[in-house]
Amino acid sequence: MSDVILKAENISKQYRLGTVGTGTLSHDLNRWWHQLRGKEDPYTKVGAVNDRSQKATEDYVWAIKDISFEVKRGEVLGIIGKNGAGKSTLLKILSRVTGPTTGSIKTRGRIASLLEVGTGFHPELTGRENVFLNGAILGMTKAEVNEKLEEIISFSGCEMYIDTPVKRYSSGMRVRLAFAVAAHLEPEILVIDEVLAVGDAEFQKKAIGKMQDISQGQGRTVLFVSHNMASVKSLCTRAIVLENGSSVFEGTTDESVSYYLSLGNDKGADYLRYFNKKEFNQLKFQLINFGVRARTKDYGAPLLRTDDLYFEINFINPKQKNLILSLRFKDEQGNFIFVTTSEKDFQLKEEAQLIHMCVPKSFFNQGVFFVDIQVTNGKKLLFRKKDAISFNIIQEQTALGRWMGKTPGALKPHFKWY
Amino acid sequence: MKQEEWLYEITPKRKLIDLNLKEIWRYRDLLILFVKRDIVTVYKQTILGPLWFFIQPLFTSVIFTLVFSNIAGLKSGVIPSFLFNLAGITAWNYFKECLTGTSNTFRGNAAIFGKVYFPRAIMPLSVTISNLLKFGIQLSIFIGFYLYYVLIGKDISPNFYLLLFPVYVLMMALMGLGLGMCISAFTTKYRDLTVLVGFATSLLMYVSAVPFSLAEAIKKVPELSWAFQYNPITQLIEGFRFMTLDYGMFTWGGFIYALVFSILLFLVGLIVFNKTEKNFIDTV
Repeated sequence: MSDVILKAENISKQYRLGTVGTGTLSHDLNRWWHQLRGKEDPYTKVGAVNDRSQKATEDYVWAIKDISFEVKRGEVLGIIGKNGAGKSTLLKILSRVTGPTTGSIKTRGRIASLLEVGTGFHPELTGRENVFLNGAILGMTKAEVNEKLEEIISFSGCEMYIDTPVKRYSSGMRVRLAFAVAAHLEPEILVIDEVLAVGDAEFQKKAIGKMQDISQGQGRTVLFVSHNMASVKSLCTRAIVLENGSSVFEGTTDESVSYYLSLGNDKGADYLRYFNKKEFNQLKFQLINFGVRARTKDYGAPLLRTDDLYFEINFINPKQKNLILSLRFKDEQGNFIFVTTSEKDFQLKEEAQLIHMCVPKSFFNQGVFFVDIQVTNGKKLLFRKKDAISFNIIQEQTALGRWMGKTPGALKPHFKWY
Repeated sequence: MKQEEWLYEITPKRKLIDLNLKEIWRYRDLLILFVKRDIVTVYKQTILGPLWFFIQPLFTSVIFTLVFSNIAGLKSGVIPSFLFNLAGITAWNYFKECLTGTSNTFRGNAAIFGKVYFPRAIMPLSVTISNLLKFGIQLSIFIGFYLYYVLIGKDISPNFYLLLFPVYVLMMALMGLGLGMCISAFTTKYRDLTVLVGFATSLLMYVSAVPFSLAEAIKKVPELSWAFQYNPITQLIEGFRFMTLDYGMFTWGGFIYALVFSILLFLVGLIVFNKTEKNFIDTV
């Protein structure tokens, strides 16, 4: 079965920036006047690229622009991208919540969307009544829900509360019940937006297992949006990467994920992994550059937990003797984790030199880290550059069905177990 | 393999009227559940429960009788003024509930509409149906009091025009739904109208001759008689009272006028609703 079940052609969506007021009314009247004379909408010709960090110069923005793709029957397509890249807009158009400005989507199957769990839950109704209501909103018939009612209730694990109004539920229980309903949907195409990031560890495991059943066991077509690369990798067969509203990469999941991970690092916008402003000091030594990379890769590649990390420091020291280099590692909140110095190993020579420090793989936990670099002569601090670099460690691919959350703590070293 | 045979297509443009009855039929269970939800949740956690459906029209009717019949001295002929007011309120309430219920369709359901697709027309349709049930309950109170007055010897009886009753109910629904859909579509982007709806409906009640008869209104303020006569809702209220109490003004011209008006209003509402439902979530 390799026929195309869904085909998107050049879909774009334009949004207006700012608030709705009298200014929008004049544009609306102008648009209506053009339409009345049978002319093209004057505002589809303008519009800025969707880059949230830029200053707005125009009134309109293309949330997504000219996206085309095809999905084959039984395929699980991942859609990845940074915040505001246009993922949710794309899903909204796919699930017919809003229409595209231009372009078209053709489909051969019923699409059910899961942009949120528990849509339409009414707090006054009991759990059981809400299962029927929510199921119907998602497109199930009463007979279908009836058939799966027992299964849904036991999957949610809320049997005791099923005849109590949902407003008495804890938020976690509400999510469980809602996901249980959604998981028993049986459309031909399922569109999912990051709903896995709910519930406790036990429930996440259950949810991911169910997702795999749906996509692999039952051969259903799924479009899946997530920031969690591990779940994308374990669920999807193919993925597209969105950046600033356009599709910039399409390929196998592994290729797409590594492309996505390298996005932030190329620009250096998110993490400053490479420091090369020359820092002078009255003592005349210079820090030429300082950076971190994976041992076997260059600076563009993302840092995985399975990489040995190489910290490279390029230094010129014309006069001083017996200098000691130290690196101070901090977590995202700025708490010190540890300090490491060159004292035991060597002291800086009176010349330019390239120094390496290696942190073995599986030492840091996933997350963002900041590094201060400082130079002392054993008695006195001579030089310090705070937060000289920062870097992001990414979780390695986890086995299927494992918990995908982050364990607590900045470090997650691997020690020998006997 | 047939490559160009698609189930449906999502495009920016759409037809003027695209009701898609087939799809609404597929979602009929949702329609029923929404109706049930609207009815059931009203009296959850109340002691009197469904009794509240009876209390509201009774109290309004008592007040109207006090104010308009006793204090203002507006006549209702041989008909007991309490029954007269109850008839007017029962008919008016159905129209008003349909109007206010549907006029908030887009804004009130933005949270659901923003996350999942189902035929949007389900929402106003469910409001109309659940109000029809409430109308049925209120009608039964009206019939109860009707029988009571007959038993104590009042000379009241319906006339032959009672056969038009279903048409009148349909007209009330169509007008309420049509106007409500227009308002809900117009208030998605510019909310000015929402401010208007609240007091406009209470003003409309007086211009529709609900608490007094049309004849009385024309007699007391002849310079405004056009406002009462050309108001299609007056035709509904007056017609309902005429067929049930055999008291009031009825002309076939007025009936046809109201019928055409209600169908046109419904069609306009449908077109505007259709045009809005596709992209309203971006501007709501």
